[in-house]
Amino acid sequence: MSERMRRIDLMRRLTGMLHDEAVVGGIGNTNFDLFAAGHRPQNFYMLGSMGLAFPIALGVALAQPERRVIGIEGDGSLLMNLGCLATIGTVAPANLTLIVMDNASYQITGGQPSASAAGADFVAIARGAGIARSEWSRDPDDFARLVEGALQSIGPSLIGARIDEAPAAGQPARDPAQIRDRFMQAMGTRKEFGTG
Amino acid sequence: MLSASDKAWSDVVLETLKANDVRLAVYVPDKILIPLIDGVVADPFFKAVCATREEEALGICAGAWMGGMRSILMMQTSGFGNIPNALASLAVAYQIPVILLISERGALGEFNAGQVWSSRVVAPVCTALGIPHYAIERLDDVEFILDRSIKQAVATQSPAALVLSPLLTGGKVFAA
Repeated sequence: MSERMRRIDLMRRLTGMLHDEAVVGGIGNTNFDLFAAGHRPQNFYMLGSMGLAFPIALGVALAQPERRVIGIEGDGSLLMNLGCLATIGTVAPANLTLIVMDNASYQITGGQPSASAAGADFVAIARGAGIARSEWSRDPDDFARLVEGALQSIGPSLIGARIDEAPAAGQPARDPAQIRDRFMQAMGTRKEFGTG
Repeated sequence: MLSASDKAWSDVVLETLKANDVRLAVYVPDKILIPLIDGVVADPFFKAVCATREEEALGICAGAWMGGMRSILMMQTSGFGNIPNALASLAVAYQIPVILLISERGALGEFNAGQVWSSRVVAPVCTALGIPHYAIERLDDVEFILDRSIKQAVATQSPAALVLSPLLTGGKVFAA
């Protein structure tokens, strides 16, 4: 078993390693800390549609096969939509990396234990769904090593991180049209207003 | 040159998708949709993805749009019942033009009571969310409704829903 890490520490490690990769952050604390680690225009922050961070990331990955795409999801969110792992295992995009921030609880709704607390193992589930390159990270250095390896590998990958329930260190503004517009500008699929 | 009436409805759909550069087809399987699913799987113009569930499919389509790829989301009326939250909090809230192509069960000879009531959520949910929705009933209307709906969705950054009526497709007939 890996030690419990701190979500904001991992988000800072991740953000510090990134260049032009697209990152889709799942609802709640996951995208709060993604934002708090340092906003990048290539970050997409969800405000609802629980469980769709990985499918959204898959869509971006299919549309832009030359760009590396990262989806980050919490354990409760992923449990709502485990089927997407089978879809990603089947489609097998070369450029998609999935990160699960697993604190074994529904932190944002009061800390109710998730199935992860009883032993549901997302790395084992992902491997079983056809994502062979799936690993638990042991500590922040190991997490960074796995991210680096995933971003250089061909094929989908999943990195699990067992985290604690520290509150998020910040939150993005809840403006979906602005989030989407800025993200698309960063993806090169939408021009800034007034520039043609 | 074939006239529109000589073509199958599904061929008109596939041609209209191509004409609008809709390259990603995400679907949850359905029997009436077989000619469309077979069509997008066989044609290298399309990237076909079979999703496990409709809101997952909606997420894939939304991500693809933001990445610069147009998509079509094909499902059954019962499957539409799985996506109101994702429609509201993703497609509508973020102004993402996802095109829903929905095969209609539950009407005109339906034999499964479960399909009847689930199909009735489509129009009220679309109305509640301000999503334009049309039933396509005639072969001659397929290209016009689909083509214009895609163009309006893209231009206005809004989702659209099109229901494939049994009047068009023949529906699914009770075998007994």
